[in-house]
Amino acid sequence: MLSYLLQRLGLAVVTCIFISALTFVIIRLPPGDFVDAYIANLTASGSSVSQEQAAAMRVEYGLDRPVIVQYARWMGRVLQGDFGVSMVWRRPVSEVIGDRLWLTMVVSLAALFLTWAIALPIGIYSAVRQYSIGDYVFTTLGFIGLAVPNFLLALILMYLGFRYLGLSVGGLFSPEYVQAPWSWGRVWDLMKHLPLPAAVLALAGTAQLIRIMRANLLDELRRPYVVTARAKGISERRVVLKYPVRAALNPFASSIAYLFPYLVSGSIVVSLVLGLPTVGPLLLQALVAQDMFLAGAIVLLLGVMTVIGTLISDLLLMWIDPRIRLEGRA
Amino acid sequence: MAERTSLAVRDLAVHFEMEQGTVRALEGVSFDLHAGRTLGIVGESGCGKSVTARSILRIVDRPGRIVGGRALLDPGTTEEADLIAIDPESRRMRGIRGGRIGLIFQEPMTALSVHYTVGNQIIEAVRAHSDLSKAAARDRAIELLREVGIPRPELRIDAYPFQLSGGLRQRVGIAMALAGDPDILIADEPTTALDVTTQAQVLDLLRRLQREKNIALMLITHDMGVIAEMCDEVAVMYLGRVVEYAPVADLFAAPRHPYTRALLRAVPSILATPRQRLATIGGAVPHPGARPSGCPFHPRCGDFMPGRCDAALPPPLRPGEAGASCFLEVPA
Amino acid sequence: MSATAAQDRWAEATQLRLTWWRFRRHRLAVVSLFIIVLFYLVAAFADFLAINDPHATDARRSFIPPQSIHLFDEDGFNPHVYGLRGVRDRQTFQLIYTPDPNRKLPVRLFTRGYTYNLLGLFETDIHLIGIEGGQRTDGIFLLGTDQLGRDLFSRMIVATRVSLSIGLAGVTLSLLLGIILGGVSGLYGGWVDTLIQRVIEVLRSIPTIPLWMGLAAALPNTWSTTQVYFAITIIISLIGWTDLARVVRGRFLSLREEDFVVAAELAGASQGRIIFRHMLPSFASHIIAAVSLALPAMIVSETALSFLGLGLRPPAISWGILLQDAQNIQVLANAPWLLSAAVPVILVILAFNFLGDGLRDAADPYG
Repeated sequence: MLSYLLQRLGLAVVTCIFISALTFVIIRLPPGDFVDAYIANLTASGSSVSQEQAAAMRVEYGLDRPVIVQYARWMGRVLQGDFGVSMVWRRPVSEVIGDRLWLTMVVSLAALFLTWAIALPIGIYSAVRQYSIGDYVFTTLGFIGLAVPNFLLALILMYLGFRYLGLSVGGLFSPEYVQAPWSWGRVWDLMKHLPLPAAVLALAGTAQLIRIMRANLLDELRRPYVVTARAKGISERRVVLKYPVRAALNPFASSIAYLFPYLVSGSIVVSLVLGLPTVGPLLLQALVAQDMFLAGAIVLLLGVMTVIGTLISDLLLMWIDPRIRLEGRA
Repeated sequence: MAERTSLAVRDLAVHFEMEQGTVRALEGVSFDLHAGRTLGIVGESGCGKSVTARSILRIVDRPGRIVGGRALLDPGTTEEADLIAIDPESRRMRGIRGGRIGLIFQEPMTALSVHYTVGNQIIEAVRAHSDLSKAAARDRAIELLREVGIPRPELRIDAYPFQLSGGLRQRVGIAMALAGDPDILIADEPTTALDVTTQAQVLDLLRRLQREKNIALMLITHDMGVIAEMCDEVAVMYLGRVVEYAPVADLFAAPRHPYTRALLRAVPSILATPRQRLATIGGAVPHPGARPSGCPFHPRCGDFMPGRCDAALPPPLRPGEAGASCFLEVPA
Repeated sequence: MSATAAQDRWAEATQLRLTWWRFRRHRLAVVSLFIIVLFYLVAAFADFLAINDPHATDARRSFIPPQSIHLFDEDGFNPHVYGLRGVRDRQTFQLIYTPDPNRKLPVRLFTRGYTYNLLGLFETDIHLIGIEGGQRTDGIFLLGTDQLGRDLFSRMIVATRVSLSIGLAGVTLSLLLGIILGGVSGLYGGWVDTLIQRVIEVLRSIPTIPLWMGLAAALPNTWSTTQVYFAITIIISLIGWTDLARVVRGRFLSLREEDFVVAAELAGASQGRIIFRHMLPSFASHIIAAVSLALPAMIVSETALSFLGLGLRPPAISWGILLQDAQNIQVLANAPWLLSAAVPVILVILAFNFLGDGLRDAADPYG
């Protein structure tokens, strides 16, 4: 069990390092370096910078050093919580991001739980009542759910809401709470706004998970232990819920590993359409304006958060599967 | 036979509605189980042995469907009940499943869920058929494990199936089948997946339990050695039909159906001369969907009589009477 | 056909043929295949099917609502569209176009329009349909026009070419990576396998869209449309190969143990012969299935990136670029037809999913 734990932890660390390297590449990709961009930005706003000042800045930021040293120094600062300064906002990146990162996670997690809450019962129903009308209906809906990209769904819902209900569906807060400090009222307001974006995000994942659950459960239902359980004389409902569903939960739990990154990904585009105060719109702005420290910080933080989410799902899997818990094999 | 008849199966027929057409898995199977006696059911893979066991318990999976026949529990008594007529989901049928008829499986690894301890799975069976409290059911489970010869049962009860050896798992399977204190046991190839020594121990255990509890045992196997060692009577099945029924000694001494003879010839003998080739049965069991006309065995039969065997089905056996369903038995 | 003849036919068929037989039984998948072929035909003959020049702007034609072709008039069969009449709204002073039933413009087949290159073979200006006569603002706008007065129908038809081909190009690249890395992983095992598997796990646990956005945003503004097109293809397939690699590896792993592979090894067949003659044919159908499930993901990726303004750049036309115009809810409220580019996206993804599903079921001919 311990070795399994260490293995997972090690992989998570490697993933984080990989993400940070990628982020660094992204930060460095645009032509010119940070100082060039900074100077261009300053010049655009009227002030000018001399060659000497520029050279001094390069030394200060270590831009004259080899790439690997720059990366190490950047990482060192990041580990201390210093993500640099946003050029567009002229404020530290961590300040600019603020609540947005947490709100991104809240939206993604809400979508994750919604996905499970819907996919689990429907998946069970579809497998137990294979080829029933309900099964066909859910399967068809599932296919459509898979086929409609979530940003299109968001767009269509926005249009319908605007056209037929005359209201703007979007945002995560009512106007009076947008700027307000955190309070129970604001949390409650957030809860009230959460279902729509969560549902939009959850749709494709739900469709996929229903199919996974259905296929797995159909597989498990054919196993001999199900016959054993039936032969004991316990009720069919109990047989199905206690044994095959329990077994089919394993792939379900491990589905977070890819579902969560997928939801975080989706939340970026959906946030743009629905105007959610997550890091999505900020990332796009930063990228368009080549505000690379801000963009890099967002990519890095999203990546690391996702890795942590995945790690939690691994621990969960370990906890529910006695084979891994007791013998460390999957 | 002096013993009480526990179960009488009559003309049991099961069909599977497949995409490719109807597969007739069972076509009028009849036999009796008696208290304290063992009936062996023998045949090649795919002849309907396991389907017979599941039909009696009413747990045939879709698309399988029982289309005819009866399975009478306690025939001839005032308690007589036709299992085929009972709603398979009813409380009554659930009481019979595990409570009157226990089932033992072939694969001791896959027949137990890996997600629960063996104790959990046995206690569930105990409580399904009694009003015992949790603690009392646990004691009963430990007692059952001891009864089937598992050392240190009070420790093993908290083990997961994957922590036990194959032989121990099969004993757990037997303990679970006994949890509801049934008087009929159906053992579906209980020793096939075990090594030879473990096999012998498990068979010993079954014999001992049968003696102690006066159980009617139905032993499904394709191993003629197991039949010879364990059974009182034997039913030979081929493609969903019982083709020969006889007391075990008669079957080995004077097999009457050509298929039985072929099966027996395929058993390696200790008396054979070295390097002697083992006889095989020509061809394979036909796909149940492509059943040959007439006697289904005729394409592989050494005594095939053209114009007769491929024209009509030989008359079925009368239940309880020794005989073979073959035209050789019927004067032309 | 007798039972034995059917069995013989079954026994002699190649793996791909068996797959095809099983596939034909999936109605939905067959219909989907038909739809996909249709889409690719549209892509191939896009300029011929387009009615108006997809790039031609005209401020006077801004936001014309969809028009329909009337097939009959009082004289019988006489396909025509109504000419448009601009009326200024009294409150908003906006110019609103309404059909003018008094001006009928006949619709004809094979009319002359803008010049294009058909299949890269020769230049022509023949289009499937067009109108005869009419003023400069007149035209057939089946799906209306956008703000710049460009015909949405023609743009959508032409966009098919980019959107579908970028999917194919991306999948080809992914497949190449997937087969090489998955194959190496599955064939050699050991530390190579472990390394590749870890890389795949790492790649799969990263949220892809922010990464794509970062990479795509870094493409220099000075790049040409073609350069951007290839860069986006590479970015998309960098992530997409992992699924294909898993499929290939899984197949190799299970096939390595199969009797016929062991038999070929014992018979002294070379490694190359075993891979290409024995193993590859037996999972070609699995790969086709995996590809048809990977394609829609590629198409969505491109659409999403272009929708965000980070993918292809105008004047390139793709479905994502068309949808970009529909981002603003105010614009959308006035011109809901801008959303119509969502229809081909959804249709193609649905078709590819059904096709992939049918293929996957069919890929196990003995299963």
